Amino acid sequence: MSLHDQTSPSLLPMIKRSVIATIIAFFLFLPTLGLKTTASGGVDGLFLTYRWLLLGIGCGFIFVIRMAYELFWAPKDGDQKPAKTQSALAKTLGSAKIAKSVGPLLLAFAIVFPFLPFSDRYILDLGILIITYVMLGWGLQIVVGLAGLLDLGYVAFYAVGAYSYALLSIHFGFGFWMCLPLAGLLAATWGIVLGFPVLRLRGDYLAIVTLAFGEIIRVILLNWRGFTGGSNGLSSIPRPSFFGLPFNQEPGGFAATFGLEYSSMQRIVFLYFLILALAVFTFFVTARLRRLPIGRAWEALREDEIACRSLGINTVNTKLSAFAIGAMFGGFAGSFFAAKQAFVSPESFNFMESATILAIVVLGGMSSQLGVVFSAIAMVGGVELLRQLQFLKVIFGNDFDPSQLRLLLFGLAMVLMMLWRPRGLVSTRMPTVFLKDKKTVSAAMISQGRG
Amino acid sequence: MSQPLLTVNNLTMRFGGLTAVDSVTFDVYRNHITAVIGPNGAGKTTAFNCITGFYKPTDGQIVLRHKDDKEFKLEEMEDFRISQHAKVARTFQNIRLFGGMTVLENLMIAQHNHLMKASAYTIGGIFNTPSYQRAQEAAKKKALSWMDRVGITDRADDPAAALPYGAQRKLEIARAMCTDPVLLCLDEPAAGLNPKESEELNALLRSIRDHDDVGILLIEHDMSVVMEISDHIIVLDYGRKISDGTATEVRNDPAVIKAYLGVVEE
Repeated sequence: MSLHDQTSPSLLPMIKRSVIATIIAFFLFLPTLGLKTTASGGVDGLFLTYRWLLLGIGCGFIFVIRMAYELFWAPKDGDQKPAKTQSALAKTLGSAKIAKSVGPLLLAFAIVFPFLPFSDRYILDLGILIITYVMLGWGLQIVVGLAGLLDLGYVAFYAVGAYSYALLSIHFGFGFWMCLPLAGLLAATWGIVLGFPVLRLRGDYLAIVTLAFGEIIRVILLNWRGFTGGSNGLSSIPRPSFFGLPFNQEPGGFAATFGLEYSSMQRIVFLYFLILALAVFTFFVTARLRRLPIGRAWEALREDEIACRSLGINTVNTKLSAFAIGAMFGGFAGSFFAAKQAFVSPESFNFMESATILAIVVLGGMSSQLGVVFSAIAMVGGVELLRQLQFLKVIFGNDFDPSQLRLLLFGLAMVLMMLWRPRGLVSTRMPTVFLKDKKTVSAAMISQGRG
Repeated sequence: MSQPLLTVNNLTMRFGGLTAVDSVTFDVYRNHITAVIGPNGAGKTTAFNCITGFYKPTDGQIVLRHKDDKEFKLEEMEDFRISQHAKVARTFQNIRLFGGMTVLENLMIAQHNHLMKASAYTIGGIFNTPSYQRAQEAAKKKALSWMDRVGITDRADDPAAALPYGAQRKLEIARAMCTDPVLLCLDEPAAGLNPKESEELNALLRSIRDHDDVGILLIEHDMSVVMEISDHIIVLDYGRKISDGTATEVRNDPAVIKAYLGVVEE
C-alpha cells in the first residue's frame, strides 16, 4: 500500500473542514476587514470603501492555520489520550502537603519582599494593591465560594469601610486602630441590611439585586454632597501612624525617634506591613471559620438549602452571617484603602472593582484560599505588567497604549479559564473534618450553589 | 397504649382547587413503625410535607408530644424549627445529601445546632476553647457510631456524592438520626434499592425502632418492606384515609383492594 493511499482518504475531509472555516471567516471578516467607513468631511457623511485584498489575506491566513491544525495538531482517530482530570498546577496546589508548605513560603516571601533590592516605591505600591485584593478576595470567598451566594456588589462594603474611616477620622478625630473595627462593624451592618431583602432570591435574581446595591451605595456617595463631598470626595484624611509616631520629618516623627534618616519609603513599608497583617488576620479567621460549625453550615447551604432546613439549620441567620462576615473584611480593607490614599471618592468604588474581586475569587477557585492569592497576583499584577509592555509600541505604533488592553486581558483570561480550569485554579475542596485521612474532594462532586 | 407521639387531626391541604389531603386523622406511636401507603397521587408526600413543615396545611392540627409532655403544634412552626425544637427528622424521596462534602461532614452538619451552642455561636470556636473541642470530639464519635450502624465507616472521608446509591440512602437516614429526633420521617427509603439492600434497610429500621426510642413514619411503595416491618399502616387514596390498621387488617380490607386493583363491574 502506497503512502498516497493512506493519506488521501483523510486529506479530503481536512480540506473540507478548512474551507468551511474559511467561509465562516469570510463572513466574519467581511464587515470588519472588508469594509471601511470613511468620513468624507462634507455633507455626504460616511462612505464605504472596500478592502478586498485585506479580506483575501485574512481568509487565506485562516485557511493556512486551519490546514496546519488539521495536519499537525488535531487529535487523530485512534490515538485519543485519556482525559486529564487535573492540571499539574491544580494537583500541586490541591494536595494538602504541598499547600501546607506553599502558604508559609509565600508568607515568608511577602515578609522579606520590601527589603529585596528590586523593591522600589512602585513595586511596593503594587504589592500593597495585590495584598488588598487578596484580602478582598478572601472576604468575598466566604459569600460566593462557601455560601454559594453570588454577590456582584461587594465593592459597596469596601466603600462603606473607606468612607467610615474617612468620616470618623475627619469629624471625630478617631485614629486608624479605633476606626478599623468600627469600619468593619458598619460594613457588616450593611451586609445584614443587604442580606435581608435578598434572602428569598436565588441565582440570577440575587446577582442583579446585589449589583444594584453596589450601585446604590456609589450613587448615594456621589449625591449626598454635604456628607460625603460628592464627586470631589473626601481629602486630607489623617494617615495612620506607627503607635502614635507620624511618618514625617518633624522631630517627633518615626524617623527622628528611631534615629533614622527620613525617607518617604518608611511610610510605604509601614503600609505594606499593615495590609499584610490585615490579610494574614483575614486568612486565619476565614480558615478557622471554615472549620467551625458556621463554616460547614455555609458550605451545606451551597450544597442543598432544603436539606439544611430539614436538619434544623436556620438558613436565614446562616446567610446573613455569611453576608455580614464577608462584608466585615471588605470594610477592613476599605478602611485601609482610605488610610493609604488619604483621599476617597466614589470613583474608586465602581462596578469594575466588584467584577475584579469576583473574577479573582472565581479564577482562584471557590474554596481555595491559596488559589485566591495566585489569581490576585495574576489579575492585578497582570494588568500592571501590561503597562510595562512599552516595546509593543514599536510594533503597533506610538498611539498604542498597552494598559488599555486591560479588558482584553480579562476576556482572554476568562476564555482560557473556561477551557482549561472551568472551576478555578484550585477547584478541589479540603474536608473540614476527617476520620482517618484527609482526601480532597474533586470539583465534579461540589455543587456551585444556586444563589 | 400510651399517649401517641404524633397526633394528626383533620389534616387538609388544598392547592387552589385541588384537595391533595382531605381531613386525614391518624396517630404515630413511639417505638412503632407507621407506614403511609397509597397509589400514586394519593397525597402521601403532601401529608408528609405538612408534618415536617415544608407545607403549611390549609386546615387541621398536628401535635407532637415529647416524653416530658411538652407539646408542639407543628402546623404553626417553620420547617427548620420543627427539626430543631420539636425534633422531627426527615429524609427525601430523591436523596438530598451534601454531595461535595464527606460522609463525616454530612453527619457533623446534622449536629449543627448543638455544635453552634458549644462553639458559643462561633466566638468560642474561633479561640478553640476546650469545651468546644470536647463537643467536636463527641460529635465525631456520634457520627462514627452511626456510620458503624449503617455500615459506611470505611467511606467516612469520601464525598457523599461518590457513594453508591444504597449507601447514600443509608447515609441520609444516619444523618437524620444524628439530629437526635423523636420522630423519624422517611420518604420512600427503599426506592431504588435491590432486594438485598431492602433487607438491610428493614434490619436498620427495626433496630432504630427497638433501640433509639423514636417513632418512625414512612411512605413506601415497596410492599415487601411495608408489610414486613410496619406495626401500623395507613392507606390513603385521593387524599382520604381509606384504611388504618395492622398489615393483615389492611391487606384484607376491601377498600384497599379496590383502590389498588380496582373492582370488577358486575
